[in-house]
Formats: sequence, structure tokens, C-alpha cells
Amino acid sequence: MKQICLYFEIHQPVHLKRYRFFDIGKDHYYYDDYENERSIRETAEGSYVPALNTILEMCKADTAFRPTFSLSGVAIEMLEQYAPEVIDLLAEIAKTGQAEFLAEPYSHGLGSLGNEASFKDEVKRQAKRMKELFGQTPKVIRNSNLIYNDEIGSIAAEMGYKGIFVEGAKHILGWKSPHYVYSCAADNRISVLMRDYKLSDDICLRFCDASWSEYPLMADKYIGWIAGLPEGENVINIGMELCAIGMFQPLSSHILDFIKALPACARERGISFATPSEIISKNKAVGPIEVPYAMSWNDEERDTSGWLGNTMQREAFAKLYDEKLVGRILACKDRRIKQDWDRLQATNNFQYMTTKAQAVPMLRANYDSAFDAFTNYMNIIGDFLKRVKDMFSEQVENDELNALYTQIANLGDELNVKDKEISTLRARLEKFEGSEPAKKAPAKKEPTKKTVTKKAAAAKK
Amino acid sequence: MKVLMFGWEFPPKIYGGLAVASYGITKGLSLQGDVETTFCMPKPCGDEEKFLKIVNMSQVPVVWRDVNYDWIKDRFVGHTAEDYYRFRDHLYADFNYLQGLDDMGCIGFAGGYPSNLHDEINNFSIIAGVLARSEQFDLIHAHDWLTFPAGVHAKMVSGKPLCIHVHATDFDRSRGKVNPTVYSIEKNGMDHADCIMCVSELTRQTVINQYHQDPRKCVAMHNAVYPLSQEYLDIVPNKTPGEKVVTYLGRITMQKGPEYFVEAAAKVLQRTRNIRFCMAGSGDMMNAMIQLAAERGIADRFHFPGFQRGKQVYEAYKNSDVFVMPSVSEPFGIAPLEAMQCGCPSIISKQSGCGEILDNVIKCDYWDIDAMADAMYSVCTNEGLYEYLRDEGIKEVDRITWEKVGLRIRECYNQLTSRGYFNNDDYLNAVKGIK
Repeated sequence: MKQICLYFEIHQPVHLKRYRFFDIGKDHYYYDDYENERSIRETAEGSYVPALNTILEMCKADTAFRPTFSLSGVAIEMLEQYAPEVIDLLAEIAKTGQAEFLAEPYSHGLGSLGNEASFKDEVKRQAKRMKELFGQTPKVIRNSNLIYNDEIGSIAAEMGYKGIFVEGAKHILGWKSPHYVYSCAADNRISVLMRDYKLSDDICLRFCDASWSEYPLMADKYIGWIAGLPEGENVINIGMELCAIGMFQPLSSHILDFIKALPACARERGISFATPSEIISKNKAVGPIEVPYAMSWNDEERDTSGWLGNTMQREAFAKLYDEKLVGRILACKDRRIKQDWDRLQATNNFQYMTTKAQAVPMLRANYDSAFDAFTNYMNIIGDFLKRVKDMFSEQVENDELNALYTQIANLGDELNVKDKEISTLRARLEKFEGSEPAKKAPAKKEPTKKTVTKKAAAAKK
Repeated sequence: MKVLMFGWEFPPKIYGGLAVASYGITKGLSLQGDVETTFCMPKPCGDEEKFLKIVNMSQVPVVWRDVNYDWIKDRFVGHTAEDYYRFRDHLYADFNYLQGLDDMGCIGFAGGYPSNLHDEINNFSIIAGVLARSEQFDLIHAHDWLTFPAGVHAKMVSGKPLCIHVHATDFDRSRGKVNPTVYSIEKNGMDHADCIMCVSELTRQTVINQYHQDPRKCVAMHNAVYPLSQEYLDIVPNKTPGEKVVTYLGRITMQKGPEYFVEAAAKVLQRTRNIRFCMAGSGDMMNAMIQLAAERGIADRFHFPGFQRGKQVYEAYKNSDVFVMPSVSEPFGIAPLEAMQCGCPSIISKQSGCGEILDNVIKCDYWDIDAMADAMYSVCTNEGLYEYLRDEGIKEVDRITWEKVGLRIRECYNQLTSRGYFNNDDYLNAVKGIK
């Protein structure tokens, strides 16, 4: 039986403000609050809320409907700040138990290509947020922009993920079909789900394109294409950005009615919906898929050239993922540094610097040109990296730093144990209060010890 | 196809950008093989390249003089004694009242831009009447306002279509405060023209809006550059390691916005000291700029090497890390293209016409000194940006050739000669293939 996995990505970039080089070292706030609020409100009102309302209705009306979502951490933060109703809606969808939430890097960045430790850290943090918000720990992962190669697959497998959602790029698949479950060539513990870009783009790119030969697209016709796929091709992964519904394809095109009609049409043709986890548990991998070079869902080339195609982008990338600095960022406990690090990594920042000829005119946010985007970004990176550098002395190696931090953490634990001891002793003391006032000695002794350890910790800092 | 072309300058004698453009256009046309250009200019020096026919307007008679062939045959620079007698057969009025006639009945020109420019322009158009009567041609092409009256006169006499080339308007030169005499000459020329070629869309809009011309007969005809000669390619850059040089090169005058360059430089120098600024060229605002640099306290890092000529220009480009052209209003501006040829990244103002055909330059508003300073700093500190602009810039500028400009101009000529009028929309359709 054919199964459709309908997957939506929720990500919005954090817009950076105009940051001149003379602000370096003076101004540590990098964001354009007005533009962030405006764009998030616009997307939430014009796309996320109506689309999620529809999906929620569909879940309630049909218990066999299975949507899948993945949210980037930065998008969650922005939504919480400017459009919390979106998170509420997602939580309600999660409550129906029919939706699955995927893991992905917190920053929507290129960490998977730049720094493995950072990538792992980000995925863990995002998975934790998923658990907090929607009550489920992700079992399937997808990388930012579906960037994938064998190495990323094996890292994900190592982290315990059962499956990974990737692009069904033509140059990788060749004669193979994306409608099967494959396994990662470097680690067969993890299943690879391939996005069918043709069927996906039919909705998110071409739905209301009147010059398209299949216009207007109706749900029965669409499901008919899926039903017409050869026998045995049972897994149809359709993935898109959630804002395709409402932003790329306006609501006036009745795209919501189209989505709404899908389950009924599918049932008629004996096709069901499934989450990635269900698909992986039911379908065995037919064979390994080899991806030596990174691919993604971007551009015609489906590679990483949109972010790392020119020398400017590569320079920014090299500066951002400098090993020593990343180690420091991961080791430090400064929340602002951590947050800036997440926001600055987002692939959108790199995309604005592209100089590739684009079939669809690219939106560069508030930048005039690739050079403008690069200049602004490098100024910000300059300031950010300086802050990171200033946190610790140049001579300290990252390993030492980590050791010191563990030591501090251990001392903290020790203190906690001692505190408990004190309180139990105090409680005991109270029992004997009056009869034996002389037994205060241990309580007196502890505080002095505490200050000593604190001083030691501070000195090591 | 025969073209009667009026121009004021032609290499090797160069007063400004007009000479270079005239050369490029005629060369581009000559490469097509079937375009015969007669280039009329006030005072050629005799060392011009021989791919076109040059008419020396200083030696075209306007008054009949009985002169002996043997006596005058060796005196001609440009055209020949035979041409002289042919011209003499086509005198059309009595100009004996004119002052400064020589023994051959010709009016002399000083050449360049003397103080009695308006007289020279008038004389130029008188002589154009003789030429228009004696020469056979299909079309008239006049460069810049100095030759517009001549073009209009030739059109009146011959009835052939007139194409005028606007290299600059008085609006660009004066920041909006136009000289009414110049404006009226420009406007008259445009009113009579069948096709107005503007060196950029920016100029085209000025022509349409300030001179009230029909947009259909205005066309944006961007300039190009000639590949660097081996001599210039071989210049070895002489750079100081660890120090960057930011260069301004051009006339130091209001139109070019030099004060914005100084202000931006002051901003950059507030943060870093390993960048030097160089303002090459001369002009009426030079002393004011020296004073301004001193006022901002950056004179130790700010240099004025003066007017650069010939090879010095290319040496300056090669030794620079960034070239800046902050023009307030630049019809085209060929300098950034030359800088890019030398591998020097350029920052130009959005008010520059050449920006319309360039992608690998940084563009900012001329008044936005923050953005300009930021761009200078960025190119100087980020190797990736510098390398990208350098490499892609050379590639890009190599694709901009006079040959293609020649083909585009030919398309305009064809429209004019085949049906007598010009339409920009048809032109745009026709030249889609020339990329």
C-alpha cells in the first residue's frame, strides 16, 4: 500500500540590522527587531496560522491523517516572541498524537559541514525543545535545507536516529526511484527517506502558476499521479516549507482546500498517510544510497553552492567555523554568545551572499547586493568573534577550558551534597535544640569550606 | 553604409572621455567592414589611426579663394587637397565677413576647449553646411552638444536622418544649475534628432525628463573599454605588504563628489591606520579637498599626487586595492571599468551610468558615506571579497567590448536608414542576442 509522508519545514531567518564596521566593539546587538517582528507576523498571519488550523481540523476529522513538522530553534524563539499562537497550534496538533516532529540543527546552519561537535550539540538542544513543547523526542532527523552526505548520515546514526529525511536529488538517485526507503552507505543503522521534489514542487512552486500545463491542480488529479506510480513504489515523501502555503502560493488560490481534500481522495485510491517513523518501521531499506558530496534541496543543482559557492561565502564560512572559536563557544556559559551563535549560523545569511544566476529572482532581505550582504555579515562576525576571543585568554586550549568547566561543575555538585548534609544536620540539631546547644559545630564548619571552594573556582576562571 | 560623423576629440589627443568613446565607437563600426565613417573634427594632429576618413574642419573652405594646387598640396592634415577643391565647389553663402579666415578661405580652430567655445561651435556648424553639400552619406552622427548644431545643419541641408550621441548633459556637469545657452543648444539638437543615443539609462532619463524628449527615440547605448595593451598588462604592482591603498582618480570637481571620498576616508581611518588614501587628478576643488583632509586630521594618510597621464593612470590602478568613484552624477564613467581591467575592485555611486552594466562592483549612494566607508573597509579587510571582485571583475569587464557596441549602433543605423524613424522598443528586441 502506498503511503504519503507530508512534511512541513518551519523556519524563518533572524534579520540582521545594518551594522557598520565602526560599530565593531561598540554595539553587540545585531538584529533588526522591526523587520523580524514584521516578517514573523506577516508569515504567521498569512500562512502559519491558517495552514496549521487546517491541518488541525484535518487531524480531528480524520484520525488516519499524519502530518510531519520540523522547526528550527531560531524559528521557535522568534515565534515564541512574536507569534506564540503558532506554537500553541502546533502543540494542539501534537496532542492529537497524529503528528511527528523531527529533529534538526537548532540554528538552521551549516554546522553539519563546518563542525561536528557543534552540529551534535545543536541537534540535542533542538530535540530537547521538541520534547518540552510537543512532548515527543524526535526519532527521525533532517538537516537544515536537507543537506546530506554519507558522513552526516553516519553522525545522525551515531546519535541514535532511526531515519533521516533527505532530498531525492536526480544526480544522486540516477535510475533509482525516490519512492523507496534506502539506508545510509556509511552506516546502515539509519534509513534514508528521499523527498520527491517533483511532487513537492507541484504544490509549493507551481500550484497557482497559470502557465503550467497541469494548471489548475486538483486533489484527485494529484492523488491520481501518486496512485499511478509503479507497483512497489510505496513511499512518497512530500516536503516543503510551511510558508509555501499562503506565502509562495497565496491562500486565494484555494491551496488550503486542495490540502484539505487530499486525505479523502487518497483514501478513495487506497493510499494512506504516514509519519516518517511509521514508514521506517514498516519498510525495510532496499539498499544503500551513496552520497559522497553534500546535496541539499536548494537550486537546480541541489548542492551547497548556494551557500558556499563563491570566495566570499567560503571566507565567511571559514571564519564562522574556526575550530578553536567554536570550541570556546560550546564551552562557554554565556547565553548571549550562545544565542548570537545560533542566529548568525543560519544558512539564510550565506544565501544573501550568493552570486549565482537565479532562475527565480532572489530576495536578499534588506541587502542591495551580495557584496552588501557580505560586508554587513563580516562586520557582525568580526564583532562576535572578538567577543568570543575576549572571553578567555588566548593561551588556554579548549581542552583545558572544558576541564576547568567540568571541575567547576563537579565542585558545584559537591557543594550541593554538602548543602544537603547541612540541612539534614540542622534538622537533626533542631530536634536536640535546648538540651544540647553545643552541637552546632558542623554547621559552622561548612560555610567556611564553601567560601574556600568558591574562591578556588573563581581563581581558575 | 556611409556615416558623416561630427566629433570634437579623437585620440591620440585626449582632453576627456569623449575622445576615447569616439574612438571606440568608430572602431567598433569599422570592424563590421561595410560602414564607412567620415569623422569631422576641429583640429586633428595627423597621428590619428587610419581606419576612418578624417576631415580637418580647420582646412575646409567657407569662402572661395583661388589657390594653386602645388602651393597647398602638402599643407593638409587629415583630408587631402583633392577634398579641398571638392569642398570649395560647394560653398553656399558669403562668409567673407567672418574674422580669422586664412589664405585658403578656412576658419581656424584652436582645438580643445578654448574660451571662445561658443564661436567655435558656431563656426563648426557653418563648415558642416559645406560638408553636407559636398559629401555623400546615408546618416549623420553627432557627438555631444558641441557638434549638435553642426549635425542639425547637416540634416537641414541633406535631409538625412540625424543621430546624436549624448555623452553628458549639462545637468550632470552643473548638479542641476544649467547654463541656459548650453541647454538651448542641447535641446535644439535633441529636438531635431531622429535618434538620441545616451551613454546610460540614467542619462536617457535625464534626456526624457529634463529635455522633454519622446522616450521612443531615446536609446541607452552603454560605452565599453578596449582590452589593455601589453605595455599596461606588464606593469608590476608595487604594493607595500600590510598596507592597503584606496584610490580616487578623476577630475577633482563638484560633479565627481570628491568631498564624500574624504569624509568616508576619515571614517575608515578612525578605526584603522593601515590604509592609505590617494586622490589623483586635479580640478577646481583640489585645494578645498586638501584643506578638508587636514581639517579631518587625516592628512598623514591622505595623498594628492596630482594629474596622472597615460601609463601613470594604469600604474595607479595596479597599485591600488580599491578604486572609488563617488560621482554625484556620472553619465557613464569609464574609469571603474579600467580599474577592473587592472584587477582593482571598484566602489561606485549608484548615480553612475556604468553601474547599469556592471555586477561585480560595490554600489552605494554618493551621499551615503557610512556605506562607502563600510565598503572600503570590507574590501581592505576581507580577502575573500577582494579576490572575488578582482577575479570576477576582470572576467566581467572583458565581456564589455566596443565591438558589441558597434553592433548595437549598427542596429540603430539600420532602423533609421531603412524606415526613417527609430523606436527604442524595436531596438531592444533586436539586440537581445548581443550579450
